[in-house]
Amino acid sequence: MRYLPHTRQDIDQMLAVTGHADLNQLFETIPDSAKTKTALTLPEALSEWDLNTEMEELASKNAACGSYTCLMGAGSYDHHIPAIVPYLISRSEFMTAYTPYQPEVSQGTLQGIYEFQTMITALLDMDIATASHYDGGTALAECALIALNKSKKANKIAVSSLIHPAHRQIMKTYLNPSEYEMVEIPADENGLTDVAAFNAMDDIAGVAVQSPNFFGNIEDLGSFRAGADEKKCLLIASFTEALAHGVLKSPGRFGADLVAGEGQSLGMTKSFGGPGLGLLAGTKKLMRNLPGRFVGKTTDSNGQRGYVLTLATREQHIRREKASSNICSNNGLNAMTAAIYMASAGKNGIREIAQLNHDKAVYLKNKLVNAGFKSVFSGPFFNEFVVKAPSGFADKRRELAQKHNLYAGIPLESYYPDMTNHYLFCATETVSRHAMDLLAKEVQ
Amino acid sequence: MKSIEELNFPSDVKYTDDHEWAKVEGDLVSVGISDYAQDQLGEIVFVEMPEIGDTFGQGDEFGSVESVKAVSEIFLPIGGEIVEVNSELEDAPELVNTNCYDKGWLVKIKPDDLSEMDNLKDQAAYLEMLKG
Amino acid sequence: MTKPGTSGLIFNEPELWEKSREGRCGISVPRSDVPRAAFDPALTNDAPELPQLSELDVVRHFTRLSQWNFCIDSGMYPLGSCTMKYNPKTNEVQAARTGFAAAHPLAGDLFSQGALKLMYKLEQMLGEITGFPAVTLQPAAGAHGELTGMLIIHAWHAKQGKQRSKILVPDTAHGTNPASATLCGYQSVNIKSGPDGILEPDTVAEAMDEDTAGIMITNPNTLGLFEENIKEICDIVHAKGGLVYGDGANMNAVMGIIKPGELGIDVLHLNLHKTFSTPHGGGGPGSGPVAVVEDLIPFLPVPKVQKENDTYSFITDCPDTIGRMHTFYGHFGVMVKAFAYILSMGGDGLKRASQLAVLNANYIKESLKTTLDLPYDRPCMHECVFTDKTVQEHHISTMDMAKRLLDYGFHPPTVYFPLVVDAAFMVEPTETESKDDIDQFIEAVKAIVKEAASNPEKLKSAPHLPKVTRLDEVTAARKPCLKG
Repeated sequence: MRYLPHTRQDIDQMLAVTGHADLNQLFETIPDSAKTKTALTLPEALSEWDLNTEMEELASKNAACGSYTCLMGAGSYDHHIPAIVPYLISRSEFMTAYTPYQPEVSQGTLQGIYEFQTMITALLDMDIATASHYDGGTALAECALIALNKSKKANKIAVSSLIHPAHRQIMKTYLNPSEYEMVEIPADENGLTDVAAFNAMDDIAGVAVQSPNFFGNIEDLGSFRAGADEKKCLLIASFTEALAHGVLKSPGRFGADLVAGEGQSLGMTKSFGGPGLGLLAGTKKLMRNLPGRFVGKTTDSNGQRGYVLTLATREQHIRREKASSNICSNNGLNAMTAAIYMASAGKNGIREIAQLNHDKAVYLKNKLVNAGFKSVFSGPFFNEFVVKAPSGFADKRRELAQKHNLYAGIPLESYYPDMTNHYLFCATETVSRHAMDLLAKEVQ
Repeated sequence: MKSIEELNFPSDVKYTDDHEWAKVEGDLVSVGISDYAQDQLGEIVFVEMPEIGDTFGQGDEFGSVESVKAVSEIFLPIGGEIVEVNSELEDAPELVNTNCYDKGWLVKIKPDDLSEMDNLKDQAAYLEMLKG
Repeated sequence: MTKPGTSGLIFNEPELWEKSREGRCGISVPRSDVPRAAFDPALTNDAPELPQLSELDVVRHFTRLSQWNFCIDSGMYPLGSCTMKYNPKTNEVQAARTGFAAAHPLAGDLFSQGALKLMYKLEQMLGEITGFPAVTLQPAAGAHGELTGMLIIHAWHAKQGKQRSKILVPDTAHGTNPASATLCGYQSVNIKSGPDGILEPDTVAEAMDEDTAGIMITNPNTLGLFEENIKEICDIVHAKGGLVYGDGANMNAVMGIIKPGELGIDVLHLNLHKTFSTPHGGGGPGSGPVAVVEDLIPFLPVPKVQKENDTYSFITDCPDTIGRMHTFYGHFGVMVKAFAYILSMGGDGLKRASQLAVLNANYIKESLKTTLDLPYDRPCMHECVFTDKTVQEHHISTMDMAKRLLDYGFHPPTVYFPLVVDAAFMVEPTETESKDDIDQFIEAVKAIVKEAASNPEKLKSAPHLPKVTRLDEVTAARKPCLKG
């Protein structure tokens, strides 16, 4: 096996030092009764070329080939990834390094993550950002826990029913063993979270609102800030499309206390939903309540600039059972990916791409409406929107995928049972006008 | 870390077994951690404080003191209401290292029952415990 | 001796925004083929203040940064408990295939058969390796798997009609264990390992009662020792109606030797980024699948992968499930790499990997036990734990030795963990290190211990070769500067 370097002679020499007769004897402390009786029943080892064949066979059975047109979003977005992003991130020094616990030989990871934290605070207009979390949904669940643990009296978290359904489900899972309760704020007829319904709630430790929301609509976070002030609870802003912040008013400008979101759009492949990038940001006041790692700037013993993991006393390995979260990793390589992407796009590039996403989505929506789809909500959206399809579209949709490799929207009925024939469409900068025109023609 | 002889234990405060000190000042009692405690913890980077108005019983945990890689809970030597917290420690937690009995005080409390002070150790008894 | 570490030319590099110049941009923005659709200005901000750089600026910046990192591809990482084995490059090629990397998670079962089949087969293979009938791949990391496992235990007790309040955690457990238990509302009860560094059944029997939900055991434990009484301990816990949580972080020692599912463990998490060779990426992403016994299958998170005839699908209709743990299905990209690794190794290869990992660790233990203090001198599994006792007389600590190793070209072992040993120096070589490299490491440690006597100052001020010297962590924590 090419990963195992030991020659017969090496093994003999080493066994002579350890005083064992053979490799099996190394396991002498394991009682015989505990040892397994049968060899592992696994496929026989493959050569690299056989592996390639097997893996391509599997890969080719997924909808993701050369001319693939992806009009689906809902938390996983098809964006252009500049060649330098995968190229730089594949460097062994980033890919095969451990967590930077030995800062003297981890300055690359540390400075890169520090820059990531800085750029995320710029993108969201927040005081601080962590070194990242698993994904947007788990980051949001952590925010709920922060609000609930911080509040001395209230034990409910108010959650917009237009937050990504999976994110709400994760929060429910996390809160299940606790005494805390999650209450949903209904949607109004405009596809926005009903702020009046929130204002009527009590015993609330925090309110979570996603913008753009799951329907793609842009929420007025300002009205929730006002409601949260009234209740003296925390405002948690969430998002699934990080690029929206290239153009839309940021959660920090609305006065969010905590922000949780998904950063996959910042240079990561969709990769069947993971690994993505959990973004977690907050006000300075909440610095010691945020879970996970932080990189901070300091100096070395010669006064040179350097970076270290810091504020570790919040974390599980020190605070043990008193830690507020058990997380002990970050999606470091993905955070580095986002840093490379944001540095490449820069201030003007990210604005331009964000605007282009919106342009394409508006074009697609108009085309679909002209082709007989019904516009469901009339308010502003970013790159996703809901339409009601003519009956029979479900079959047409399958045919479009099979014939044209075009994936047209995500059916909403399984998330919101009264939304039969409603579809969530997404158009990003990768979608050509030609593909959108083709879709419109096919569904006419 | 220093030896007991090198550390300072004034006689006008009383001590707990958990290495806090308490000192009666008029109607109030000032609370901090002893020279031994700060020396054991090493360089203190953060003090987690209660809020003014919080009430605790004698021996209740009321906050924590952090060094780079350790957290120690701190316990109230005498029950009562927190009336003041040392806000200077927010920007200068090192005061707990350099001046643990004066500038590095943690909180002031309005005691429920001043006689609880009698349960604490005086300088001699505390030193005896440390030398154990 | 020839040591791998030396000095060489690396480059200074400022923070990104110090290089920024108004008007530069490092990406090409596609030419628009649709009309502009302006936003109502009330909805927008100014563009976020990201740095403005050319493509080459970005390439140089991150290339220079990368050169300040130690990594497996440059040298040995004997980090105890972390299993820093070689990360095969073919795995990266497999995960980057368009069919995987560009797959949308909501394309629907019909258009995701390849991904579903891969997940299904990986679940089966991990089940075979661990001896459990079912596995979920959803947890995003080891700690996330641990939380998933504990939620399953919590849900099982709830279903029995009586929730319990405590959980037993040995002093040799991973630090995450108590934190995970707390999230499930369980109070951790710390129990001590015996004089041999392993748990004794009597200690468990004494602590276990009918208000205790179970026990969390790491086996092999963090001292690198096999918990020999595991079966008896499981029986004790089961007799009181509790469940046994197995932390499989150290599975790399025992593949093909034991199957945790055959020993009485009820729930086990694995770390694909340890045992199954996926890269650590400077802190993540990992993947922490969880395996369970038959009775616990109904509680696994959803969605689950199901196979009917030759068709695969996701199912969510599971009334007793703990719910969802990840937005989609977990870190699929990491799963592809672990799957490719298992296929490349085969069953015999995995067993061989464990044997050689244990051989390497025992070889180091025997070679260094007269140089360093070895508190538990017993046959070890994949790692061994030393202390700084033999150098204390020169006022040299584990930290000083660790930092000096950097100058020799080795990443330090795990230090000051496990907590049950004072000033631990915990070495896990893994199976992918050759005898030659291990001999170099042994020589380096011996040379450092000699230096401790002859030139202690050299150790205290180490490391000398890296770009920066020891960093001021106190100021970093006192006056946190978390952004530029």
